[in-house]
Amino acid sequence: MTKILVDGIEVDVPAEYTLLQACEMAGAEIPRFCFHERLSIAGNCRMCLVELKGAPKPVASCAYAVKDCRPGPNGEPPEVLTRSGQTKKAREGVMEFLLINHPLDCPICDQGGHCDLQDQAMAYGVDSTRYGENKRAVEEKYIGPLVRTAMNRCIHCTRCVRFLAEVAGVPDLGAIGRGEDMEITSYLEQAMGSELQGNVADLCPVGALVPKPQSYNIRPWELSKTESVDVMDAVGSAIRVDARGREVMQIEPRVNEDINEEWISDKTRHPVDGLRVQRLDRPYLRENGRLRPASWGEAFAAIAAKVKGADPKRVGALVGDLAGVEEIFALKGLMTALGVANLDCRQGGERLDPAWGRASYVFNPTIPGIEAADAILLVGANPRTEASLLNVRIRKRWRMGPLAVGLIGEDTDLTYPHTYLGAGTDTLAALAKGEHSFLEILKGAERPLVIVGGAALADPAVIAAAAALAKDVGAVTAEWNGFGVLHTAAARVGALDLGFVPGVGGLDFFGMIAPGALDVVFNLGADECTVGAGAFVIYQGTHGDRGASRADVVLPGAAYTEKSATYVNLEGRVQQANRAGFPPGDAREDWAILRALSDVLGHRLPYDSLVALRRALYAEHPHLAAIGSVEPGDTVAAVDRLAGLGGTMAKAAFASPVLDFYLTNPIARASRVLAECSSLARGRALEAAE
Amino acid sequence: MSNRRLAPASEQPESFAFTQENAAWAKGQIEKYPEGRQASAVIPLLWKAQEQNGGWLPRRAIEAVADELGMPHIRVLEVATFYTMFALEPVGRFWIQLCGTVPCDSCGARELKGMLQARLGPAGHVSADGNFSWLEVECLGACCNAPMVQINQDYYEDLTPESLGTLMDDLAAGRPVNVGSQTGRVSSEPQGGAATLSDPTLFDGSRVGAWRQRFEDKNKAEGDEARAKDEAASTEARAATEPKIAKPDAGRPVERPVSDAPAQRAAGGDAPIKADDHADAAERGRSIAKHGSARPGDADVLDSPAKRVAEGEPAGAEAGAQSDLPRDAVPPQPEASGASENAPAAKPSEPSTKPAEPSAKPAKSDPAT
Repeated sequence: MTKILVDGIEVDVPAEYTLLQACEMAGAEIPRFCFHERLSIAGNCRMCLVELKGAPKPVASCAYAVKDCRPGPNGEPPEVLTRSGQTKKAREGVMEFLLINHPLDCPICDQGGHCDLQDQAMAYGVDSTRYGENKRAVEEKYIGPLVRTAMNRCIHCTRCVRFLAEVAGVPDLGAIGRGEDMEITSYLEQAMGSELQGNVADLCPVGALVPKPQSYNIRPWELSKTESVDVMDAVGSAIRVDARGREVMQIEPRVNEDINEEWISDKTRHPVDGLRVQRLDRPYLRENGRLRPASWGEAFAAIAAKVKGADPKRVGALVGDLAGVEEIFALKGLMTALGVANLDCRQGGERLDPAWGRASYVFNPTIPGIEAADAILLVGANPRTEASLLNVRIRKRWRMGPLAVGLIGEDTDLTYPHTYLGAGTDTLAALAKGEHSFLEILKGAERPLVIVGGAALADPAVIAAAAALAKDVGAVTAEWNGFGVLHTAAARVGALDLGFVPGVGGLDFFGMIAPGALDVVFNLGADECTVGAGAFVIYQGTHGDRGASRADVVLPGAAYTEKSATYVNLEGRVQQANRAGFPPGDAREDWAILRALSDVLGHRLPYDSLVALRRALYAEHPHLAAIGSVEPGDTVAAVDRLAGLGGTMAKAAFASPVLDFYLTNPIARASRVLAECSSLARGRALEAAE
Repeated sequence: MSNRRLAPASEQPESFAFTQENAAWAKGQIEKYPEGRQASAVIPLLWKAQEQNGGWLPRRAIEAVADELGMPHIRVLEVATFYTMFALEPVGRFWIQLCGTVPCDSCGARELKGMLQARLGPAGHVSADGNFSWLEVECLGACCNAPMVQINQDYYEDLTPESLGTLMDDLAAGRPVNVGSQTGRVSSEPQGGAATLSDPTLFDGSRVGAWRQRFEDKNKAEGDEARAKDEAASTEARAATEPKIAKPDAGRPVERPVSDAPAQRAAGGDAPIKADDHADAAERGRSIAKHGSARPGDADVLDSPAKRVAEGEPAGAEAGAQSDLPRDAVPPQPEASGASENAPAAKPSEPSTKPAEPSAKPAKSDPAT
């Protein structure tokens, strides 16, 4: 620790701290543009200049280490002045230079109102300029469908370039030319290839890179901001939903160090237009092969007529990928009351069973825990598409120090180097037998991590083999939980926590959707499957997608931005989404629909409000009350049990459940923006294949 | 300078690949850098690609270089657009880069620019006959002979619009031209020939170095030995009474340890060499001394000046090479101020009381004695 004086306040900081960090420790505010905590230091905007006693010139505090400061002549601690005349003058000078080529178009700039340059010019600038020449003009660049450019406004902080090169691992942006002619662009104005590209608009401290889909549409001060969580994948990124009136206008990331730090994927950010279109805003009934609008009463009556006469063995319930814990709880309550054992939530065909213990189906090491791992084996997992932010964490770990990553499954660019071991179950068996040198790496690692992805979950024998391998290499000990299941659906872990799996003698997911298997199927938002012919299908969901087109009764529900709902992410972390607006038309919150339906069916659920529902839920599943935390499970026992399953693996190559990253659920499929991203990504894939 | 863009698609070649010879050369360049640092070879490779492609860099060449070095395309584009020496559009057979920075500008680069503009049209365009194109660039580092241009690989200096015109005519016609100054100036001499150092006596030894002769004569006359003795004695006397500071502290606090050096350990009273230092040195294989051989710290086997003196050998026979002094000890005082290489022989002095301090004696024994 080194002592340093900041504006007369003595602080004791680690010697490797920068002056900027030391100043922040002392409570001094340092303006900055190019510096960002999570990116490398560039030191090119010069806004963070401070006066350092003894230095001949002001120094850039973001790039000057405390240990490089000279002590005073008698060994006094070095002294930094952030409010001195020299510092003020330096800041004013830098600001004047920055504004030389910055257009005065704040009134028409989308960044206006949340612009770093605007704020800092007010706080640290002067009121006029002495520059009488023409400002430079820079051509607009096309860098993709999600980010609009206004390059006149660029101040060349290179945050976007550094983000893509360092965090996203897809270095598509660069600065061409030099001096006054420096321009930020992608190679020949191709679209950026990263699934995290939307973040560059957040990072841009000025209005040069702004989100394209909501261009010219919103002002930050007219939005109501709701803190919520994302459901587009199982990671559960922290988001802020910005709504104007009833309509969601944009989704921005929130900081959550345990999950997404401060990034979100493009799929999390841009399903906004998908929330507006294709919505189910009233109940529908199928008559003569066509769906017709109906009232709630008609719809419930039609359901009651079918269910009341049905044999509980011929009734089933499916839960899809976006359902919150509350409605799953309500559905389970209703089905149990009806005596139905045919329940399943495992739409992807995962052969996981809550009976094996919670640690058998969650990502035990947790996302921050990835940073402690020193060797990673991916079994049938492509974290880049299945859980983008988790992939960012693996990449962060790889940047911190040497990390061996082995991949069994489809070979792909993970944004960090990996050893490709093979395509399927054969390779897993060979690796377990030690026929591949990667086993030595895993065994030699102190904290190896085995990640089992969706592609490997369909066969219990594969899960057992992966668990046995994890045990064998010492991934599961009392101190280290190195066995993680990578889910892709936000609802899955919550539904498994509630035990929404077939009861005694019940059919599983594929058994239920087989043609003729059931008479009545209650489908709570399962859109990635088609229920077979013969069944009367009640679909409750938000969008006119695959599920609604096969339905006989459609009940309009609320999307994740329109209800307060609990979601459990892949780590088993319990989080709550909050309501940013109301569902459209006659649509209602899902638990309330089920509560009303239970009344009609004669099995009234014992709660009349969300609070009462949650009370019942927490009484039955106490761990769900601990919002924001992960209930540690007994990993050793769970993995032992998994490994004990045994069985012989069928010879097969692993195929990722995420075929198109941008279109994995009905909300995303309704979005025009994500459709454009998807078609660009397909084009890139074709080009790469050539 | 203006925005530098790749040439339009109509001028871009369909493909680019290094010739076999250049590819081998490129491989040699890449091998200069350690594994993982191949991107360092980007500028040499771009040079070669430009040379192979008739003086300019097409898009395919940029991509080929990027692929060869495993860099993203945008990174190579950044380099290619940064330096004006990489032409991104076709250039003439003779590519004139006119320096327009301040020294050249104040010596008439503006007239040259006007002349080029009049003769070849705007910058960046190839003349109709394909012979010339020109570009104003920043300082090329030949300010002393301003104004100047670079044509392909060569500098042409001290230009006027007329001489540049003649030069271009000669180049176009294939006549031989003089590289360098066009006024006959030799390297960076003043205009009109050298004005200093023109006295021939400077070079015949009668003036430069004459002092040395004078000293030699004087020494001979006064008797070398007596003089040297006096001076040595007086130096030693001075050293005892007014020691010089070994290490100027330049205002820094001096108590800060710099590193864990043997000299510091010695000053602190510890053994200067730890046992595991030997092991380290042996492991790294970089030690000059053989493992287990004598080291400066091993006092009994040390070939110290004191020991040598005791054996009757002149102390400091290899002085000048390295001092065994601890950092904080008083260094040897300068030798007799005569500075003559023919200084009198050093008589072996009395063994010093401090064995670590080498005796302050001349570096070489005089063969004459």
